[in-house]
Amino acid sequence: MNWLRSLMMPAPGSSYASEVDDLYMLIFWISAFFFLLIAGLLSYFVWRYRRRSADEVTPHISHNFKLEVVWSVIPLIIVVVLFFLGFNSYMNARVGPGEALEIQVRGKRWVWEFEYPDGMRTLNEIYIPVNRPVRFVMSSEDVIHSFYVPSFRVKMDVLPNRYTDLWFHPIEEGVHTMLCAEYCGRGHSDMLAQIHVVSEAKFREWQEQGDERMRTMPLAELGKMLYESRGCATCHSIDGTRREGPTFKGIYGESHAMRDGSTVLVDENYLRESILEPQAKIRSGYEAIMPTFQGLLREREIAALIEFIKAQK
Amino acid sequence: MADVLTAPPEVGRRHFEPNYLNERRGILSWLTTLDHKRIGVMYLWSVLVAFLLGGIFAMVVRMELLTPKETIISADAYNKAFTLHGAIMIFLFIIPGIPAALGNFVLPLLIGAKDVAFPRLNLASYYLYVAGALFALASMIFGGVDTGWTFYTPYSTTTTTKVSLLTLGAFILGFSSIFTGVNFIATVHKLRVPGMTWFNMPLFIWGLYATAIIQVLATPVLGITLLLIVMERVWKVGIFDPALGGDPVLFQHFFWFYSHPAVYIMILPGMAIISEVIPTFSKKTIFGYKAIAYSSVAIAFISFLVWGHHMFTSGQSDLATAVFSFLTFLVAIPSAIKVFNWLATMYRGSIDLKAPMIYAIMFLLLFAIGGLTGIFLGTISVDVHLHDTYFVVAHFHYVMMGGTVIAFIAGLHYWWPKMFGRMYSEKWARPAALLIFLGFNMTFLAQFILGSRGMPRRYYNYLEQFQPLHVFSTIGSWVLALGLFMVGGYLLASLRKPYDAPDNPWGGKTLEWTTSSPPITHNFETTPVLTHGPYDYSPQEATR
Amino acid sequence: MSHPAAPAEHVHEPFLQHHFAEPAQQVDAAKIGMWVFLVTEVLLFGGLFVGYGIMHSKHPEAFASAHHHLDRTLGALNTIVLLVSSFTMVMAVAAAQAGKRRHLINYLTATLSLAGVFLVIKYFEYSHKIHEGLLPGALYSYKGEAVPGEFMFFSFYFMMTGLHGLHVIAGMIAISWVLRRAIRGDFSERYYTPVDLVGLYWHLVDMIWIYLFPLMYLIS
Ligand code: HEA
Ligand code: HEA
Ligand code: HEC
Ligand code: CUA
Ligand SMILES: [Cu+2]
Repeated sequence: MNWLRSLMMPAPGSSYASEVDDLYMLIFWISAFFFLLIAGLLSYFVWRYRRRSADEVTPHISHNFKLEVVWSVIPLIIVVVLFFLGFNSYMNARVGPGEALEIQVRGKRWVWEFEYPDGMRTLNEIYIPVNRPVRFVMSSEDVIHSFYVPSFRVKMDVLPNRYTDLWFHPIEEGVHTMLCAEYCGRGHSDMLAQIHVVSEAKFREWQEQGDERMRTMPLAELGKMLYESRGCATCHSIDGTRREGPTFKGIYGESHAMRDGSTVLVDENYLRESILEPQAKIRSGYEAIMPTFQGLLREREIAALIEFIKAQK
Repeated sequence: MADVLTAPPEVGRRHFEPNYLNERRGILSWLTTLDHKRIGVMYLWSVLVAFLLGGIFAMVVRMELLTPKETIISADAYNKAFTLHGAIMIFLFIIPGIPAALGNFVLPLLIGAKDVAFPRLNLASYYLYVAGALFALASMIFGGVDTGWTFYTPYSTTTTTKVSLLTLGAFILGFSSIFTGVNFIATVHKLRVPGMTWFNMPLFIWGLYATAIIQVLATPVLGITLLLIVMERVWKVGIFDPALGGDPVLFQHFFWFYSHPAVYIMILPGMAIISEVIPTFSKKTIFGYKAIAYSSVAIAFISFLVWGHHMFTSGQSDLATAVFSFLTFLVAIPSAIKVFNWLATMYRGSIDLKAPMIYAIMFLLLFAIGGLTGIFLGTISVDVHLHDTYFVVAHFHYVMMGGTVIAFIAGLHYWWPKMFGRMYSEKWARPAALLIFLGFNMTFLAQFILGSRGMPRRYYNYLEQFQPLHVFSTIGSWVLALGLFMVGGYLLASLRKPYDAPDNPWGGKTLEWTTSSPPITHNFETTPVLTHGPYDYSPQEATR
Repeated sequence: MSHPAAPAEHVHEPFLQHHFAEPAQQVDAAKIGMWVFLVTEVLLFGGLFVGYGIMHSKHPEAFASAHHHLDRTLGALNTIVLLVSSFTMVMAVAAAQAGKRRHLINYLTATLSLAGVFLVIKYFEYSHKIHEGLLPGALYSYKGEAVPGEFMFFSFYFMMTGLHGLHVIAGMIAISWVLRRAIRGDFSERYYTPVDLVGLYWHLVDMIWIYLFPLMYLIS
């Protein structure tokens, strides 16, 4: 019945995931049993006792105490057992190991920001070493979000007024998608992040020099990738439509009116400033809601984004 | 007495006497009526319009989900579409649906009364419903709402959409629902026909009585919660705003304290209908009358203690999570008891597969799936994975659409001849039921897989890997809609015929079948006299 | 219930609605309805009380400090006013039961006036707070020294006493209505249910204030 399991659930990415799957499948089979029992009896009764003539007489069977007890107590026992199993594995997931890599998470509309113990920060993307527990300490800057990685079977809400936490233990190298599972507005379904589970050596290399792909990719291509993965796309279109922020289409070389009445020519310097210090100049007609990307992008990445924006004619 | 009831159905005796439909005419006679039957009928048309509107939004939602990126509408429009779909279906359709439309019509008939205890309050409750609906409509016209039907703070207190209008609408609808509840409680206590003891009441009454208790105890809390949202938006009172020292999770506790019991406000009347339909079409005494009656009341009370199961991942304490999970499982047991008692009622019966019975059977199958998937969600560690995914969406559509709405349709067919004096077309009913069954399962079975695989709900864009299942689901929704439109079509078509329904087309034993179809204005010519219980179909009854 | 099958015409009373068999049934139904309605009212306020309790435990200093802005004397005075009005209401119901129309009218008028006094005192309290800028949420503009979070106390103060005030007004409308009917001579020893029900409602309004007063004015 492994096919059923892999049809229903994504491949497990943590040791804990199979624990949840076992329980899921147990409930599945219990449910299947009761459903088939009900459906079977129903079909049999409908066929066997179908009305044959208008004046049929039926026996007077009003109740049966023993039966009532049987069909109350059996489900009761089943659910009490399920309660303990569910509670047990939940507590396994809650109580983390002492030694864990600790990563701070900040959710904001509609990006995920991660901060490593050494101060390194990334957006919508993290690297973690395989076979080492990771603990996330999370909070939100605006509304409620929720940190959800289906392949690890973990989820925890990210709240604006306090810290919540969650941990898991990745068992295999690979890339996993992390999603926002609490409705948070227009960009809710774009609030995704990539979790790269890599070997210890790769992890160290990445911490020092960043992603290999990022170092070698052509600037324009890198820019497009960052535009999609770093959250720019949620607020800026490239086809001319207006979203929370202005479109990138054709802005390079234009002159834009600012809220304070001045006009600014959109050149490389202005683009750079807009990304690193968005509040410095607010374009008129827009809200000052763009988050700063200071410290979140490497030099080459900023250059790539500027290159990308320039290319949107 | 018994021989009158079991005589072969003849064409009604009183067709040409004035009945509640034709005794007074003109729109004003409807708008000022105090007759529970007319109020019930006005409610019926209103909730059906709401169902249609909610259904249209559902079709838009499904259409948009046909492709992973934009299909027909923008992200903002999508968020408004599912919010309005959910809010309309819940507040305007399913909560008032069975109690206020069907219940209003048949509750007094079933207990042999001339009306409900407070006819004016009844009419007031209808007008409050209309007022609430107008507010909801206004919120749509002036730009819509994008919070989801759950109005979670702080999103709902900061978004610029028309949240205040919709929450005020829901607040007013809450009072409409409270008034119906108050009315039913007093009616059941005081207006039963002489000789009808509590354990002689039809189970439909038990179901509505338990529902009314929940309505009265839970709805005020929703009312004050929604008011607080409006206050927060207008004056920034700070209670839910973390920036001001408030607590956004407090809102979730308040909201689910109402909304979990509310799901039983939705299902209990549905179960109550099933308890009438199955004995009638099995021509057999209900099995375990007391078990079914008590389990309704048990559900009503335990339902107040489980709200935290919507918040397993909200950051509430682990202890709270454990307690709520345990109590959630307890509340499943009374439902299990009911299901098995209904099955036992059919054993050795004389089963006639008329449309109401077809829908009752459909209810049993779909509600079993919906309820059993509730067990997945009650199991804490499994729910952590499934929370806010399509698994939950599928779960609640199985219990609400597959359970309550199907039961509503069963009840509509069951009492249609009584309400309007016309028989619907049995010939059309069967293919329509088949389409509904197939379409419904296509739409929502796929969503269990989607959810288990990690597809979150309220997603406008989704990962490409999910597309095949979404396409399947969307096609299912078209089949479902086709089936529902057929039902609407043949029911409406029957109204153009002259009266042709007998007084007791199904051979039922409850009191509503002793009056004419449609009933006369004062329900009964003389106060009915009870000679047998509501489900005494068998000859042995005499010797009991 | 003793003569179930007897046609209603035999015992017909002008106040008996057509769907009730006899007056006792009508009275009982009305009472059940009113009690159930009072339960919903209690729960309506219950939500606010719970919210107040939670916010109080989150900001104990702020709440303790904020409540000093309330005038205990006026609060206590208002409590006494409402208690007395409850008493006059009890007397009104007794008068109705005894069929003493004159007394009934007098006691109802007294209750109504006391309710008015309550509102007047409340008006002075409110205007004093508005003057100081002690308003809920965004309107809060108090300039003096304050513990952070005090505005939350005033949010609850205004929401709870405001909702209670609306109930007082609703009660006054209801009392005026029975007063008018009393003057018209609708009531007798046989029929005084509306007076009874309005009385119940008025006691509830009082009772809520009895809880509000220590909660708001006497935090220690
Ligand atoms: C009609 C409405 C209705 C009904 C009746 C139910 C019934 C149940 N629901 Fe459901 N539920 C909803 C409507 C309903 N629900 C809605 C609307 C939501 C989501 C709201 C939102 O977030 O938007 C929801 C969400 C929801 C959650 C939260 C999920 C999440 O967000 O993470 C949970 C978790 O415990 C849950 C559990 C249950 C359980 C245990 C039952 C039980 O009462 C079911 C009992 C029935 C049976 C068990 C089947 C019959 C019995 C048998 C066949 C015998 C065998 C049984 C056993 C062995 C146990 N429901
Ligand atoms: C009673 C409750 C109810 C009902 C009946 C339905 C019915 C349907 N729902 Fe709904 N749904 C909700 C309550 C309900 N829903 C809620 C509460 C949410 C959550 C919202 C949120 O997240 O905030 C939701 C969310 C929801 C989603 C998830 C959106 C998302 O998370 O992004 C989807 C997606 O497929 C969906 C689809 C459907 C479909 C296809 C139907 C179909 O079954 C609809 C078919 C109906 C029709 C086509 C109308 C036909 C009617 C007539 C012709 C009238 C005359 C009829 C007769 C006389 C019988 N619903
Ligand atoms: C939460 C929404 C949001 C996100 C995410 C966002 N922006 Fe912006 N951005 C805005 C808004 C709003 C403005 C206009 C107001 C202003 O000038 O600050 C803006 C302005 C700009 C401008 C100036 C455009 C002009 O026409 O003057 C540039 C360049 C820009 N953003 C680049 C980016 C890049 C690059 C990213 C991603 C790395 C990004 N933005 C992410 C909201 C956002
Ligand atoms: Cu963030 Cu949804
Ligand atoms: Cu629930």
